[in-house]
Amino acid sequence: MSEIEKGQVMTANRLRDGEVVFLTRAGVWAMAIDEAVLAQEPQAVAALEARAKEDEKATLVTGSYLFDAERVNGKIRASHIRERIRAQGPTVRLDLGKQAEGTAGSFAAVEG
Amino acid sequence: MYRYDEFDLSFVKQRTEQFRDQAERRLKGELTEDEFRPLRLMNGLYLQLHAYMLRIAIPYGTLSSKQMRRLAYIADKWDRGYGHFTTRQNIQYNWIKLEDTADILDALAEVEMHGIQTSGNCIRNVTTDHWAGAAADEIADPRPVGELLRQWSSLHPEFSFLPRKFKIAVTGAPNDRAAVKVHDIGLRLHKNDKGEIGWEVLVGGGQGRTPMIAVMVRDFLPEKELVPYLEAIMRVYNLYGRRDNKYKARIKILVHELGAEKFRSEVEAEYARHPAQTTEVDQKELARIAEYFALPQLEKLSRFAPHFEQSKLDNKEFARWARNNLAAHSTQGYTIVNISLKPEGGIPGDATGEQMRVMADLAERYSQDELRVSHAQNIVLPHVKLEDAFTIWQELRKHDLAAANYGLAGDIIACPGLDYCALATARSIPISQAISRKFADLDKQEKIGPLKINISGCINACGHHHVGHIGILGLDKKGEEFYQITLGGSSGDSASIGTILGPGFAGEEVPDAIEKILDTYVKLRQPGEEFLAAYRRLGPAPFKEALYAAA
Repeated sequence: MSEIEKGQVMTANRLRDGEVVFLTRAGVWAMAIDEAVLAQEPQAVAALEARAKEDEKATLVTGSYLFDAERVNGKIRASHIRERIRAQGPTVRLDLGKQAEGTAGSFAAVEG
Repeated sequence: MYRYDEFDLSFVKQRTEQFRDQAERRLKGELTEDEFRPLRLMNGLYLQLHAYMLRIAIPYGTLSSKQMRRLAYIADKWDRGYGHFTTRQNIQYNWIKLEDTADILDALAEVEMHGIQTSGNCIRNVTTDHWAGAAADEIADPRPVGELLRQWSSLHPEFSFLPRKFKIAVTGAPNDRAAVKVHDIGLRLHKNDKGEIGWEVLVGGGQGRTPMIAVMVRDFLPEKELVPYLEAIMRVYNLYGRRDNKYKARIKILVHELGAEKFRSEVEAEYARHPAQTTEVDQKELARIAEYFALPQLEKLSRFAPHFEQSKLDNKEFARWARNNLAAHSTQGYTIVNISLKPEGGIPGDATGEQMRVMADLAERYSQDELRVSHAQNIVLPHVKLEDAFTIWQELRKHDLAAANYGLAGDIIACPGLDYCALATARSIPISQAISRKFADLDKQEKIGPLKINISGCINACGHHHVGHIGILGLDKKGEEFYQITLGGSSGDSASIGTILGPGFAGEEVPDAIEKILDTYVKLRQPGEEFLAAYRRLGPAPFKEALYAAA
């Protein structure tokens, strides 16, 4: 039986190089979506937002926002294809991006 | 060959230094993103899905070998070994780091290149016919006028904060290859019975979410009046253009809300109000600019090119490429080589650093050191001896650059789409690749004939789907990609906006749908009738029937 929890993930681009990053439970920005914390309670969401704003001020990241996701067997699946592409890399260049650098998520961008 | 003025050189250098300082201040936190964003955009630096993206202007699509090699160097050193030629005679890199950008701009400035006027609500870089100065059908090279307009509009204080971005296209040939009717201002050269030349001024065309064909405001404007007259247009736009709603801010909305007549009379009234002499084009200045674009010294050659003719007889593959990818040059014995950046199953407009160097070398040896970038995402060698065509083709083949599909079904225009672009609602490139594979057979492509398939990954229409004979628009339906198909668009002389055929398709259904459309065309066409003409004669009914009738 797979266990599915729904929630939100905080993402941004790293300021200095634009790399896609996700906020973890420890409050640091990780390259891999599977390391992200899935916020399920309003309080947890608010904490992510506060942290992201702080880190934008500290010039770590830019353009932070939340997206809908679910945790399936401990792995994070973004609800929208856009975020799955960000978590993997271009679907037309599998030799580039996170999918080529060992930081890809567990769910393919294109499903079905 | 086109070059920068001393003024431009120092200006671009200064701008690059300013950007270096701005980027450093941003990284130190002295500038917020809100403060920095407009500054980086003014230099062509966007934030996209996976990284920053740098868009670099290629003025009039004209490049020297040295400049092309520099683009290759940037691809290899600061990106991932490739670049993407866009639908607006630009190149963009997809994996740029903010911390490298000032160095890249320095490297570009050394070869007179930059990203200015590739973003923001200014007059963007002027685009022209990619065969300018070479095409057999040309009245005059449109690039001097393009350059004049660039010099006039670059950082013009009155036109740097327009209601919205503003795009100008110029063509000097009767066969419009610059899509002048779907630009904010389109200029088209005409020659009258007395042999004088004058410019037809078209205003209010555009694509995006509200596609429109431009209306003509002057049919024969003397060249020296171009700048003052365009100033009058810009002033009317600056005054009445809507700034309250981004989606209603382009000049096309103003033109079509006022109506052509009213808009024209506003422009004429504004034009009459200002003494034209103050900004009238100095003919000496225009002549000076024109020297930069002087046709290179070409040799006097025989009309007959025996080696070229023999190679076609000996090699069917070369003959096919020559048939599809070469175009008539104004000088006897010369030809225009169109290098298709659309290999079977490839990514439209992408070229590796290595391919860029190969094309630069070919240009240096065989095309007067000159290359062009077309809005159809292909590369042009504009001044090639027919006798060199076979040698060039052999070299292109070694580097996957010899696709013989120029102007055919495989020559698909596609924006980067959701694979790269932060604005996209669906992917474009995989659709293009699937169609390209479906029509891989070149015999089949040639049988279908001239065809423009255009794919955009969102309503902003960077893939120009509205003016594709077959247009494909990718949208997002509850998180799923789906695609609308339009037929009958054209950016040519009889420009038209395509009409939506019916309900959309899932991505994997699109290639079959295109095949059904083309089968219907082949079945119903008259001898020699091209797709667009057939569609205009037949209307959408038979195509709808083919696509949507219950099986």
